[in-house]
Amino acid sequence: MSAPVYAHEAPTAAERVKDALAVAFVALLLGIPMIGLTTVDQGGSLVVATRWSWLAAFAAACFVGRLVLRFSLDTLTRRRTARQRAAGAKTVKIAGASRLVSTIGWVAVAFSLLLPIVFSDNRYVVDTATTVLIYVMLGWGLNVVVGLAGLLDLGHVAFYAVGAYAYALLSTQFGWGFWTALPVAALISAAFGVVLGWPSLRLRGDYLAIVTLGFGEIIRVVLNNWTSLSGGPNGVTSIPRPTFFGLAFKPPGDTPTFAGFFGLDFSPGHRIVFLYYVILVLCLLTNVFVTRLRKLPVGRAWEAVREDEIACKALGMNVTNVKLSAFVLGAMLGGVAGVFFAARQGFISPESFTFNESAIILAIVVLGGMGSQLGVVLASLVLVLLPELGRDFAEYRMLLFGTAMILIMIWRPGGILSKREPTLRHVKDGGRA
Amino acid sequence: MMLQMSGVHAHYGHIHALQGVDVSVQVGEVVTLIGANGAGKSTLLMSLFGQPRASAGRIIFDGEDITRLQTHDISRRGISLVPEGRRIFPRMTVMENLQMGAVLADPANLHVDLKRMFALFPILEERCEQRAGTLSGGEQQMLAIARALMSRPKLLLLDEPSLGLAPLYIKKIFQTIRELNRDHGMTILLIEQNAHHALRAAHRGYVLQHGQIILSGTGKELLASPEVRAAYLEGGHGAAGK
Ligand SMILES: Nc1ncnc2c1ncn2[C@@H]1O[C@H](COP(=O)(O)OP(=O)(O)O)[C@@H](O)[C@H]1O
Ligand SMILES: [Mg+2]
Repeated sequence: MSAPVYAHEAPTAAERVKDALAVAFVALLLGIPMIGLTTVDQGGSLVVATRWSWLAAFAAACFVGRLVLRFSLDTLTRRRTARQRAAGAKTVKIAGASRLVSTIGWVAVAFSLLLPIVFSDNRYVVDTATTVLIYVMLGWGLNVVVGLAGLLDLGHVAFYAVGAYAYALLSTQFGWGFWTALPVAALISAAFGVVLGWPSLRLRGDYLAIVTLGFGEIIRVVLNNWTSLSGGPNGVTSIPRPTFFGLAFKPPGDTPTFAGFFGLDFSPGHRIVFLYYVILVLCLLTNVFVTRLRKLPVGRAWEAVREDEIACKALGMNVTNVKLSAFVLGAMLGGVAGVFFAARQGFISPESFTFNESAIILAIVVLGGMGSQLGVVLASLVLVLLPELGRDFAEYRMLLFGTAMILIMIWRPGGILSKREPTLRHVKDGGRA
Repeated sequence: MMLQMSGVHAHYGHIHALQGVDVSVQVGEVVTLIGANGAGKSTLLMSLFGQPRASAGRIIFDGEDITRLQTHDISRRGISLVPEGRRIFPRMTVMENLQMGAVLADPANLHVDLKRMFALFPILEERCEQRAGTLSGGEQQMLAIARALMSRPKLLLLDEPSLGLAPLYIKKIFQTIRELNRDHGMTILLIEQNAHHALRAAHRGYVLQHGQIILSGTGKELLASPEVRAAYLEGGHGAAGK
């Protein structure tokens, strides 16, 4: 049985090494897709090359850095608590930190609403922001599974693919519109989640990682080979874009168009801005939905199960169902992101849904702080923007990226925002806020 | 009869941890089970929940055979456990821990029950927004007890609630156990190494050794019995009980 956790005890040397080893291990995992593997141009075609020595150096740097930082931090904290104790401070208040997080959250929402207006003449910025939001959506979906429920899902990209192909096929084969296909495709992804989660979640924790990893690969193999359904490696083309209440974003023609209806001059930028707002709305809805759920017993049970499964069972929770609900919700949100991705690109192929993609989404959740909604946004920004920024000075790109990763891993191995926000407040007269 | 375990065996792989135990608890009783480290006390409690599942024997709770039920279904019948080592959710706040204890209860009762818990343990109200992992050991134990009570159980199981606590908290915990039983009619099965305190708080007691019940009787009888005195009170683990 596990020992109780005492927050204020100083760690032993063995614990410090263990902590640094854990950090190095996570760094190793995260580093595989981003540092260990790289694509090089070889006679016009891209091939994957490995850089294991870089990866080893990366992990070693994280190990040493963490050890040093943790030691100095602990020394500082110990001095500070000793001072506070002497001064008679008793309770640790978290209210201040949570107000800051919610302020940052609102500023971020306001900023993202205004972004296309501020950058109205810069399509590249709006387009990149759309990419960031797709990863935010994927990250929030996986965050429920990994960050909140503590289940290791290594194949989240599979549900992304299911959503994307579901929309692609529903629209090109059956003529469904974006808005009707969206909920159906989300349900199809959720159904895949049930089929996968139902058997594997009854088994011990680590099986889910293997099953999801396998599923991610199987989906890709199936999509590559079931040519009659999926078009094989060529993928699905001419996927219809979402419309604005039936108004298409096209040059003036026979059908009513957005520009024509509002008496504007046609501009391809309209569609880019519209797509941006579509994913923004989907993200905001997701955030409200997940945040609400976390306040209900079912949502809080996800975190409880992650913390102590046996205690949960003894409290009468059906642990399998709790995990399944988190897993299926994650699958569904992954599907929604997939639908949007297909509609935005207009073209999808199995190449968009590789293990690399799963690893990046996982990195977003881990770097974001396992469970923090805002952390996922920050991590998505970092992981999407860093490579973009680095593009201008390609030689230093790896260096930039690696340094940023090392700093994050050492400074915040629990993620950028590892402080969990309480979701239930107590008002002294017994009411609830 | 609230609980009746008859001839219960339990195994961990090839370790035969429970070797045919008979334990019963009447409605309104405090029953204690004492024994040295590794005697199988925790195993006995957990086997009530099917973790591990009894490999032989029968467990009847409130007139129903629960031997083969799923763990979560067993707690739904009205058994609540305060596990060894407390097992509170350290990253969640005190309030959230309490809410998790009430997942089975009617949500309409949440406020009333919270008030009852805060009356029982005023310190929890003071700490309600604090992360449970930052509480002291004694406070964590109170939280674990309060969390278990939030589901309004018929039978409360406590696994070594005094383990590792300062004397002041030990006193408070045993006081609470008496109070729960006397004022609220709670039926309690209490596991302890602290034989002195436990036997004084209990109506009846059992002594467990190597997975077998070797003695049973009223709390007074066991306190006076030479075997118990020799093994658990004088120089034994219970000696800390003063
Ligand atoms: N999870 C487990 N796996 C294997 N053996 C266990 C496990 N838990 C307990 N045991 C063994 O079962 C016996 C009884 O343990 P336990 O019930 O925890 O004793 P107590 O609570 O009286 O200290 C011990 O020999 C212990 O080593
Ligand atoms: Mg024990």
